[in-house]
Amino acid sequence: MAQQPLLTFTDRGICCPEGGFYIDPWRPVGRALITHGHSDHARPGHGAYLATDAAAPVIRHRLGPIRLETIGFGETRQIGGVTVSFHPAGHVPGSAQIRIERGGEVWVVSGDYKTEPDGLSEPFEPVLCHTFISECTFGLPVFRWAPQPEVMARINRWWAANAAEGRMSILGAYALGKAQRLMAGLDPGIGPLLTHGAVEETTAILRAQGYPLPATTRVTAGIDAKSHPGALVIAPPGAEATPWANRFGGYASAFVSGWMQIRGIRRRRGASTGFVLSDHADWPGLNTAIRETGATRVYVTHGYTQIFRRWLADQGYDAGIVATEYEGEGIEAPADPLVEAAAE
Amino acid sequence: MKRFARLFAALDATTRTSEKTAALAAYFREAPEEDRLWTIALLSGRRPKRAVTATELAQWAADAAGLPYWLFEETYPVVGDLAETIALILPPPVQTETRSLSDHLTTLLRLTGHPADERRAAIVSAWAGMEQDERFLFNKLITGGFRMGVSQGLMTRALAQATGLPETELAHRLMGDWTPARTSYAALILSNEGTGSGAQPYPFALASPLEADAPTLGPPADWFAEWKWDGIRGQLVRRRGAFALWSRGEDLITDRFPEFAPLADFLPEGTVIDGEVLAWGAGNPLPFAALQTRIGRKNVPRKVLAEAPARLLAYDLLEADGNDLRAAPFAQRRSRLEAIVAALPPDIPLGLSPEVPFTDWSALAETRLGAREAVAEGLMLKRRTSPYFTGRKRGDWWKWKLDPFTVDAVMLYAQAGHGRRASLFTDFTFAVRDGDHLVPFAKAYSGLTDDEFAEITRWVRQNTLERFGPVRRVTPELVFELAFEGIQASSRHKSGIALRFPRMLRWRRDKPVAEIDTLDGLKALLASVSDRGQPSNTGA
Repeated sequence: MAQQPLLTFTDRGICCPEGGFYIDPWRPVGRALITHGHSDHARPGHGAYLATDAAAPVIRHRLGPIRLETIGFGETRQIGGVTVSFHPAGHVPGSAQIRIERGGEVWVVSGDYKTEPDGLSEPFEPVLCHTFISECTFGLPVFRWAPQPEVMARINRWWAANAAEGRMSILGAYALGKAQRLMAGLDPGIGPLLTHGAVEETTAILRAQGYPLPATTRVTAGIDAKSHPGALVIAPPGAEATPWANRFGGYASAFVSGWMQIRGIRRRRGASTGFVLSDHADWPGLNTAIRETGATRVYVTHGYTQIFRRWLADQGYDAGIVATEYEGEGIEAPADPLVEAAAE
Repeated sequence: MKRFARLFAALDATTRTSEKTAALAAYFREAPEEDRLWTIALLSGRRPKRAVTATELAQWAADAAGLPYWLFEETYPVVGDLAETIALILPPPVQTETRSLSDHLTTLLRLTGHPADERRAAIVSAWAGMEQDERFLFNKLITGGFRMGVSQGLMTRALAQATGLPETELAHRLMGDWTPARTSYAALILSNEGTGSGAQPYPFALASPLEADAPTLGPPADWFAEWKWDGIRGQLVRRRGAFALWSRGEDLITDRFPEFAPLADFLPEGTVIDGEVLAWGAGNPLPFAALQTRIGRKNVPRKVLAEAPARLLAYDLLEADGNDLRAAPFAQRRSRLEAIVAALPPDIPLGLSPEVPFTDWSALAETRLGAREAVAEGLMLKRRTSPYFTGRKRGDWWKWKLDPFTVDAVMLYAQAGHGRRASLFTDFTFAVRDGDHLVPFAKAYSGLTDDEFAEITRWVRQNTLERFGPVRRVTPELVFELAFEGIQASSRHKSGIALRFPRMLRWRRDKPVAEIDTLDGLKALLASVSDRGQPSNTGA
């Protein structure tokens, strides 16, 4: 009987039959290997969890009392008939790619990743493999990111200009990853850094783990434009449109996301500014990462899967698609990046 | 180009009119005069002729970026804008140049009609010297359809701030068929000698839709009512030996309607008339479909002239004996107009738009219901004391249109929109029932909120049955109430009918597909239209 593939794609997610586990499954399973703590990857209800030491505290905070084992980056572990190890994905602090090996055959599941070091997350490491399962959220040639220092400089200028006009600045960014990347990368000389409660909780956990994060002040009663003039407030996407933000008076708001590359999506957000900064690989990043794995077979998931698969096939790869739970044909640019990105 | 890109960025960064005006006024003070002139031309809809087709541009860009063309084609609908897609995929600039807006536009004008190789070389080299934001604008200038979020009114206000000239005077100077190639900033704006023809139209006064109850307008005696004709709004100018008919879009359409030529001899020197061009038969207007056979034709074959002869129904008199009458009350302008029309020979195809007399609002409301029998869209109400204002100004002129027809239909296909609607499914094809089949009969893309479009977009992604390039065939499940202004037979459509101005009135979440309207129902409506020239005001 032919040996079955190392990983199979099921309606619960990516499965390793020989290891008896799933990777980032979306329905309850006995044993789950988790790449990182974003809610569309780390879901509740599994019997047992395995994640990196660095990702574990946030996962525990988000999922409550779960059976969670941890593993160091690069450490190997035998599970059933396979050997697994976790390697930095550079997506958010603690995020990992997962390598599975059986008798010399190697598969790698990328999880979410970006190739540019962000100064906070453990930088992406290419892992040699035969089969690579890659995300492709931004798998179109229009997505090319400017270097991080350039984007930070742009945000700094915007913040400083608002502060000079006596206005507060509210930056919409995902609570895990983007928010901390911003606070670590922006110029603290411009003004105080304030955080929305949801951002502060995650920040406090990462700070306690030893990630180098600046001091921030959580927005509570009494903290407003008067007490902290010229401040920058980091809040989850969309918070600026809620009554919570009223305390800041005539503030300026901006949203930080790879989707802001597209003018049409930016314009749907009305008066607020858009900065292009993503925790996912851009087009050159995806292509480089895939090349560097040395893989001959690539499965793509999460994103413009049909188009990106065809592109890879054109480049000579044996390319396929892993369907995700909701989008059999791959998600596309979000109808509303605020709503859909919250699940990043 | 960098200065123009900075202007664009400033306009794009704000939704406040005052900030837009200030940015534009600063540009009009500081930019070189040739760039000012070109900017005025672009913002008033005067685009350079297309030197390059969209397909050529896309292919050259894909080649320059080293990407297969199919990948460009798949990427474009996600971005929703051709110029932007190109700007985003091109490799970074080799060296940046300092060519101005007018340099680039002059080059584009010169390229028109040259062999493809030459045009390609010029465009690719221009791209190589520009940053992403400049490329985007450059591509927009080539592809047309360029919107900067600045209305002509706002542009005129900014120009008034920059020059100190009165806004209304500037608005008039900017009318007509001038082009940057044939005039200069000084001649056009500062001395107004740049237009040459002498047959410049006045800015059109536009009515607003009447939303309140008519009686709230006050005493009926203060108001003049007439039919709202469904033709082409036009302005007839007879001045200094010149004779011109202008459309509301400021296109010169004199030659398309040769039947008006005799008016050049019969109208007194210095006369400007605002009116509606209609196709006319047996003493009555013909439906808009008849006039459509005339639109877009530069040379009109005799057969078409005979089947759809044009007639101008005059609304207003803007100039008489060479004097600008726009500040005079409407009643006065109208009586002078009546005198001019009365003096014309009987076979001239120009008549008055007749007054619809009324003494109380409820009687007028009754009359309005007969608009379709009169081949009109509804009524126009004009305050008898109103001046001929510039553009749309609420309060003096109201259009009181009939309620539209409606039909319940199911969505069959969806396609992503452009620009602000990039990657949102907003353009839908609808079907009605025909026995066991669903027959597509109309497309619509407006009338829903952003939230509804976002929700439908998610639904489309999960309910796609088939893809044809950017078009998705979806499960026939979502029902919408469509509104439309008219219906006509059409051999070009599978359904055999064509609707005028279809749009979505509401999403009928309460209605199952089994209960949508039928093709027979629409055909019955069409028959009732054909029987009486136009239908009565009943729904489909």
